[in-house]
Amino acid sequence: MFEKALQGDRRYWAWIIFLLAVMGIGSIFYLLQLVNGLTVTGMTRDVSWGFYIAQFTYMVGVAASAVMLVLPFYLHNAKQFSRMVILGEFMAIAAVIVCLGFIVVDLGQPQRLFNVVLHPTPNSILFWDMIVLNGYLLLNIVIGWSNLHAEHKGLSHPKWVKPLVYLSIVWAVSIHTVTAFLYQGLPGRHYWLTAILAARFLSSAFCSGPAILLILALIAKKVAKYDPGEKAVQTLATIITYAMVINVFFFLLEVFTAFYSDIPGHTHTLAYLFTGLHGAGSLVGWMWVMAVCALLSLVLLIPPQFRQKPELLVPGLILLIAATWIDKGLGLVVGGFIPNPFEGITEYAPTIPEIMISVMIYATGLLILTVLWKIAIGVKKETGSA
Amino acid sequence: MDNNRRTFLKIAGISAALGLSGGIPLSLQAYTPADVEYVPTKGQITGKRWGMVIDTRKFTKPEDFQRVIEACHQTHNVPDIQGNEEIKWIWTDHFEQVFPSSSNPYLAERYEQQDFLLLCNHCNNPPCVRVCPTKATFQRADGIIMMDFHRCIGCRYCMAGCPYGSRSFNFSDPKPYVQNLNPDFPARMRGVVEKCTFCAARLEQGQMPACVEASNGGLIFGDLSDPDSEIRKVLRENFTVRRKVELGTNPCVFYIV
Ligand code: SF4
Ligand code: SF4
Ligand code: SF4
Repeated sequence: MFEKALQGDRRYWAWIIFLLAVMGIGSIFYLLQLVNGLTVTGMTRDVSWGFYIAQFTYMVGVAASAVMLVLPFYLHNAKQFSRMVILGEFMAIAAVIVCLGFIVVDLGQPQRLFNVVLHPTPNSILFWDMIVLNGYLLLNIVIGWSNLHAEHKGLSHPKWVKPLVYLSIVWAVSIHTVTAFLYQGLPGRHYWLTAILAARFLSSAFCSGPAILLILALIAKKVAKYDPGEKAVQTLATIITYAMVINVFFFLLEVFTAFYSDIPGHTHTLAYLFTGLHGAGSLVGWMWVMAVCALLSLVLLIPPQFRQKPELLVPGLILLIAATWIDKGLGLVVGGFIPNPFEGITEYAPTIPEIMISVMIYATGLLILTVLWKIAIGVKKETGSA
Repeated sequence: MDNNRRTFLKIAGISAALGLSGGIPLSLQAYTPADVEYVPTKGQITGKRWGMVIDTRKFTKPEDFQRVIEACHQTHNVPDIQGNEEIKWIWTDHFEQVFPSSSNPYLAERYEQQDFLLLCNHCNNPPCVRVCPTKATFQRADGIIMMDFHRCIGCRYCMAGCPYGSRSFNFSDPKPYVQNLNPDFPARMRGVVEKCTFCAARLEQGQMPACVEASNGGLIFGDLSDPDSEIRKVLRENFTVRRKVELGTNPCVFYIV
């Protein structure tokens, strides 16, 4: 089936070459980081995790989101997703690889990565995160590939895949729960020390991931003439809307708890993020953009007559992606470090090398996604299931 | 209490391992608890649970602090890096920063203006050890929280985990920032975390911690488990406070204020 990735028109190859070029430029910056250390980033003693880990956190959600198709399709026989599920599974593969990439570039001593395997440490959540992420990667490769292979051969899905599919549903929840636990159990980090963090992670994953998937699927519809089906689009849009409503609600729960209790540790980060604290507030603008995007996206998505129109659905999804990205890919990780353990404020902003390295990893993910989708769509079209 | 909790964590960890992934018996076999067996060598100072008392009344002039900090940083090749990528093992800050939960608006002026020494608390229940994915940070049986610079992958999880800001990360190669390199102590490489070691290496050679030696009696180091030790006597006779006890980390550094 791989040959499908090698047959494409000029546009396809131009896109591949573009991604390779971006990866090439980014890798020069990564080389710079390897030679000089993480000093090329904007991270500090006080904000010791930054853009990389924040992107990692966001993309775990994107990876987990495949479950929003897999679950209705396999458990509730939602036939409308038959053309979409494989896209979700393959997106999960690309997203997990992006996650692993961000972890690796964040390490001060990347060549010692395997110490995590050589000295397994069950009391560290990072150990479990490694297990669940790699497990999820493997599950999606096996499930996606064998299903596609069967379709290619004109056979029905192999029986042994079913249990793996059920496992992957639980597993998807676990990857984002465990990632939330990375933050959730740390004494003294008030912004993260909330029992609802894992629930917030899941709700934001289940809206942002499918929203990205839907946008990408609509692009594929344009460029590859592969129609996921109107019913699939609408069902997914409904799922996304519910998840976003819950996501916003959960966030407001945090705001209530913090400000009604008025406990300084709980209010400080939120105050820093939304109004600034002691004259520092480089994220204030971003956070208000997030709030506006979140509200607007709800306005566009909640009324069915709005979200049924593609010209309103697409901007609604883009606003949603922007809001969830700012919340998780910027505010959450950095906010956890501000104020620092001494009630002081050190601000953080990513540097050019940091951004370029992140772009490199995203380009890698897009390349993997393009190739996998090319194969999947090629097979689907060939067997006439499209 | 602490032992119970550790046992609970161990059991929880093992049952989680069994429940979530029956397929990794390897990790179970290799799992050793954070308490690493500690074999004393001859001539060294041994204790069952090391701790430190900081008598803040004895630190009045800037020189009192400087002497102690220099003794530590000189002994351990702590690089002198300016800015917020700095490395520090022992340093000073104001009351409000050191004891954020015990500060009040009517604090006696002498406290408000006074500096306090800060270092790793060598917590009895250390979150830094709990989160480290490689056991590069580990707790010795005598309570010292140690770091293996050669094992650390530089994930900085321990920095997120430590609620006392006791850890520093080598963002760049520290060697150019070390004046008068002490050949008896290893210099670090880039990309690893470091912190105060309670002078484990000096204890092994029968010496007291460098900061204690330089403190003119302002710092008292000793075995908390020995009721006859000097540190216990000091703790009996003085009212002491610890940093952020409400977090349950059980710090072993005490302050006489
Ligand atoms: S003070 Fe911080 S680094 Fe030191 S033992 Fe406690 S948690 Fe670990
Ligand atoms: S930075 Fe090093 S010591 Fe800290 S948690 Fe990671 S591996 Fe452990
Ligand atoms: S005990 Fe040793 S390592 Fe720790 S601050 Fe004192 S001199 Fe430095």
